[in-house]
Amino acid sequence: MIDHDDVRHVARLARLRLAPAEAERMTTELAKILDHIDKIGELDLTTVEPTAHVLAISDVLRPDRPLPCLSRDDALRNAPAVSGDCFRVPRIQS
Amino acid sequence: MTAGLDPLRLTAREARRLLIDGELAASELTKTYLDQIERVEGRVHAFIQVTADNAAKYATEIDQEAGATRGALAGLPTAIKDNMVTEGVTTTCGSRILGNYQPVYTATAVRRIWGDHIVMLGKANMDEFAMGSSTENSAFGATHNPWDLSTVPGGSSGGSAAAVAAGEALWALGSDTGGSVRQPAALCGVVGMKPTYGAVSRYGLIAFASSLDQIGPLTRTVYDCALLLRRIAAHDPCDSTSVALPGEIELPSAERLDGLRFGIPTEYVARGIEPGVMARFERTVALIEELGGTCVEISLPHTDYALPAYYIIAPAEASANLARFDGVRYGFRAPGADDLTEMYEATRGEGFGAEVKRRVMIGTYALSSGYYQAYYGQAQRVRTLVRRDFDTAFAQVDLIVSPTSPTVAFGLGTRTADPLSMYLSDICTIPVNLAGLPAISIPCGLAGHLPVGFQLMGPAFSENRLLSAAHALEGAIGFSSVPTFCDSRDAARAPGGPYGEAGREAVER
Repeated sequence: MIDHDDVRHVARLARLRLAPAEAERMTTELAKILDHIDKIGELDLTTVEPTAHVLAISDVLRPDRPLPCLSRDDALRNAPAVSGDCFRVPRIQS
Repeated sequence: MTAGLDPLRLTAREARRLLIDGELAASELTKTYLDQIERVEGRVHAFIQVTADNAAKYATEIDQEAGATRGALAGLPTAIKDNMVTEGVTTTCGSRILGNYQPVYTATAVRRIWGDHIVMLGKANMDEFAMGSSTENSAFGATHNPWDLSTVPGGSSGGSAAAVAAGEALWALGSDTGGSVRQPAALCGVVGMKPTYGAVSRYGLIAFASSLDQIGPLTRTVYDCALLLRRIAAHDPCDSTSVALPGEIELPSAERLDGLRFGIPTEYVARGIEPGVMARFERTVALIEELGGTCVEISLPHTDYALPAYYIIAPAEASANLARFDGVRYGFRAPGADDLTEMYEATRGEGFGAEVKRRVMIGTYALSSGYYQAYYGQAQRVRTLVRRDFDTAFAQVDLIVSPTSPTVAFGLGTRTADPLSMYLSDICTIPVNLAGLPAISIPCGLAGHLPVGFQLMGPAFSENRLLSAAHALEGAIGFSSVPTFCDSRDAARAPGGPYGEAGREAVER
């Protein structure tokens, strides 16, 4: 059963800030959803191959030929903060 | 409104004929829809953004174009779900985190029909990142079902479905990950189709669950559905999971179902289907037999495991896909963070709504160390069993049929407090996404004053068989009701009963 500490841990993994009330509600909701999902644990599937993808295609390749791509201006156009030709982010190390 | 044009009933087929024969100008046709948007959008809220000026201007340009150089769908007014990126037109995906996103390219499916000279009326409302079954999870407010404004249109393509039902668009594009085209089509009384996985390019479709997502049409008729699908279905080098269909999509004309075998999965109709929906379903099954088809009971024994498998696979893929929304390259960034991790967490915490956070949490949990095999690994094996169920069934029958949704449109706000109850809305639509199969929902009548959807599912790449059978059945059903824009909340307070005059009229029709 998922508890409050699990929710805190998973939220950290997902880089998701949850307000205290939100984390509490999330714990109750996830417990109920996971209880439903746990149903698949009933099946013995040791001999069943997994399906990652439904199409019978793999290793889709194309000739290694350069094609036009986004211009630097276009790539930067939606950035919340830009510095010269780069995305600008808050400091990475303290 | 242009004399004689009823946007609640006009089909793309007829509109196209009028345009080609010179009986109607593209500008008049677009004006008909912009006028209807003006009239009802305040109550329906099918759009996140209406691009009225561009639409009117473009329609006028089409009128000046010589007939021979006009595209195959020239002048047909179209709504596009707001998770398909459109260069020059803000694309939000129903999320605060992309509230001001200006795409720098256009989704292949949209680019194809722009190349056919369709007129885009605007970007349709949707559940945030297509996660939901009611369009109540949009950061920009819920869409209301034009059949009863107190009910949801379904979701996540609820804006696309409501726009077509309300005569605010001739037709629309949506996307279907677990039923997000078919369920809203059912709840809004229109046609909605999910093609075979890979038939339509996902390039420029903002990813929710990449192994399940598929773009599909929402239209008034099955013929229109084929007309739109044949233009968007194509192999695209920009999507390595796209494949060419074995043959071109044909425009359907069948009126009979002779020789076709239809399977009714006992697991789908065993329980939980509302009596009103079940009655319409059974009536439609009887029509299949009247048209010369045969109906037999079949079993899809792992149906009960499809929903839990879906609610592991879809959130797991979503949690990976949504990692890109981090406040660095595009979208919203929370202000005031001191370091990068704090900025990520605050941006995502403030930028995502409650349902998106739930799915990201479920997905991250299912993929986390120590749980991966028990959840994601197990779910992928269940997926194999679901596929095998369909393979076995399609050795016995040509098509499988079921209700599209276990209920008619439910009341706004009635399921938002209980996420699991919302997830159960998709019980009849999810299995085909897991198996990558095509399926279509067509209106099969009313239960009370609300429409009921009938789903036909086929083997991979059986689009032509599906469209042909759906066309024959549509003709026999003869669904001709149109939405009344009633509000049973108002009517319940008024003398004259729960649905008021408008509702009674719909019931009697």
